[in-house]
Amino acid sequence: MITFMNNSDSEEEPCNERTSLMSAGSPPVPSYQDGLQASEAGEAQAHRKRRAGSSRGPNNITGGEMSGSGVPVRESALENEEEELTLKYGAKHVIMLFVPVTLCMIVVVATIKSVRFYTEKNGQLIYTPFSEDTPSVGQRLLNSVLNTIIMISVIIVMTVFLVLLYKYRCYKFIHGWLILSSLMLLFLFTYIYLGEVLKTYNVAMDYPTLFIVIWNFGAVGMICIHWKGPLQLQQAYLIMISALMALVFIKYLPEWSAWVILGAISIYDLMAVLCPKGPLRMLVETAQERNEPIFPALIYSSAMMWTVGMAKPDTAARGPSQQTWDAAEDGREHLRSPSHAESQMSETRSSVPTRPVTSLEELEEEERGVKLGLGDFIFYSVLVGKAAATASGDWNTTLACFVAILIGLCLTLLLLAVYKKALPALPISITFGLIFYFSTDNLVRPFMDTLASHQLYI
Amino acid sequence: AFFWLVSLLLSSLIWFIAVKASDPQDERLQKGLLIFGVMFSVLLQEAFRFLYYKLLRKAIEGLVALSEDGCSPISIQQMAYVAGVGFGLMSGAFSMINLLADALGPGTVGIHGDSQLYFLTSAFMTMVLIFLHTFWGILFFHGCEHRRWWEIAAVVIMHLTVSGSSFCNPLYVGSLVPSYLLMAAAAAWAYLLSGGSAQNLRRFLLCKC
Repeated sequence: MITFMNNSDSEEEPCNERTSLMSAGSPPVPSYQDGLQASEAGEAQAHRKRRAGSSRGPNNITGGEMSGSGVPVRESALENEEEELTLKYGAKHVIMLFVPVTLCMIVVVATIKSVRFYTEKNGQLIYTPFSEDTPSVGQRLLNSVLNTIIMISVIIVMTVFLVLLYKYRCYKFIHGWLILSSLMLLFLFTYIYLGEVLKTYNVAMDYPTLFIVIWNFGAVGMICIHWKGPLQLQQAYLIMISALMALVFIKYLPEWSAWVILGAISIYDLMAVLCPKGPLRMLVETAQERNEPIFPALIYSSAMMWTVGMAKPDTAARGPSQQTWDAAEDGREHLRSPSHAESQMSETRSSVPTRPVTSLEELEEEERGVKLGLGDFIFYSVLVGKAAATASGDWNTTLACFVAILIGLCLTLLLLAVYKKALPALPISITFGLIFYFSTDNLVRPFMDTLASHQLYI
Repeated sequence: AFFWLVSLLLSSLIWFIAVKASDPQDERLQKGLLIFGVMFSVLLQEAFRFLYYKLLRKAIEGLVALSEDGCSPISIQQMAYVAGVGFGLMSGAFSMINLLADALGPGTVGIHGDSQLYFLTSAFMTMVLIFLHTFWGILFFHGCEHRRWWEIAAVVIMHLTVSGSSFCNPLYVGSLVPSYLLMAAAAAWAYLLSGGSAQNLRRFLLCKC
């Protein structure tokens, strides 16, 4: 989240908050407030929807707590229905996340394979000061480890800074920071990308056209991401900025450093989300306590919230459950799209007074979305892009890494359904991806090459 | 697809170790090792297909337990089909994708005396393998479901035969023809196992016209 600061070389920010998968998490919120305003009800409802979509846990928790607070018995019946619906939608969620991740990876791999710029070594970021052009292997390894340490500590510092800002309610600062960083992504990086693509295909474009194109692209992107916009357009923009960010990483990270960084960041992600004092976890819990959606522009969401918010039962019984849901919802930060959430929230709030109260069952039928942090997109794409760029086995390795990452994502979503709390999305996928990359490059490639040269089939 | 990939990984690991441990100059030994590698890989693939079947079985039981009316939303036959398609796609992708990438670039096929039909035959062979994997998936799962070990054995033997026939390359008639015949047989068998029959087929074709 701590994305871009004012300096132009703050590219690694996105790594931070974005890297977690939230599940219907459940630190049960003991404060059942009866007099919930309609807006909160709406929010919570939407939250509940999102939550229910991703795991079964909250349902059970909600069901349990509701009966605990004396709510009608239909909750238990609801629970079973919830479970089944969750399972049914579970597969849908997996697909809903597969498509954007796949798209992002395709964009990155296509660019890497065709545009020379992103595979040329033109210097390094200041965050990885040690060069890898050293004669000895040991020296190179040492340099890459040092680079990693520097990078990870920068990320940790940024994350902690962001959490502190959030804790002390410096919202304007955070919003300004995010807006600045997405401005930079949308305008500067797009300009560079477009320039390189045009160069590769030898297409001429004059500056006025370029200006108009980039201006429109960037302005619409800012509006879509930070304010309101059609869901698909927003998703497309988020995928594009993730791909751009991943391309920057692929270009500017030296080889060994990139792999070590990928490994280190998945360990960091694991710790930051699961340890009690981890910054990401604290961020999530703070947001839960305040019943607020987290930041805009850092999370990809796959479903509309206002459709969810349309049917809102206003019964007092819903109050506590919604509160719980809400709290649990915020836990799911990294997978949620705050910007989307925000835009939806405002729509929900405005629409609350006019919507009739519907039954709980009807609510269950509505679309539930899943959310994934953009940092996850970025690092998945970095892994696949690096595999495409540097592997000599070319496409086999890329394909193997791609399948490995998707399976890791599947497993993570499964764990999400089981544990029902914020989960890091990086570790399993990146581990699988790394294992498959190294083993495919070194073991499978000679085998397949020999088979292909003799035209044997297995 | 993932399971196929893992099986490929393990089999190439074995082959790699064997190659590294042996004399790189000895042509016959290398060829022998390659054959061994291929056969081992086939057996490993089938073993992983079996493991995948076990996993899916557990998943279906879980789904059935959770569903309202006692039947799972997806049947084992559908899963068998999907598993077969996954295996086939992965195998086909790994076989063809480097070839396709090279085909995009400049070059002449068979300039060093190899067959000029390399790309064509590779394409056909890959296609037949993908289809075969799909049918084998159905047959295999059906055999596992109904405890008919001879069906499973038939699948394994068919796979070994097809892979073995590819050793005849570049004598393509020795590999493509048997493979296509086996594919037709497997297709008919899988169709019958999935509940199809000559009447169904005729009705389907007649309705279309």
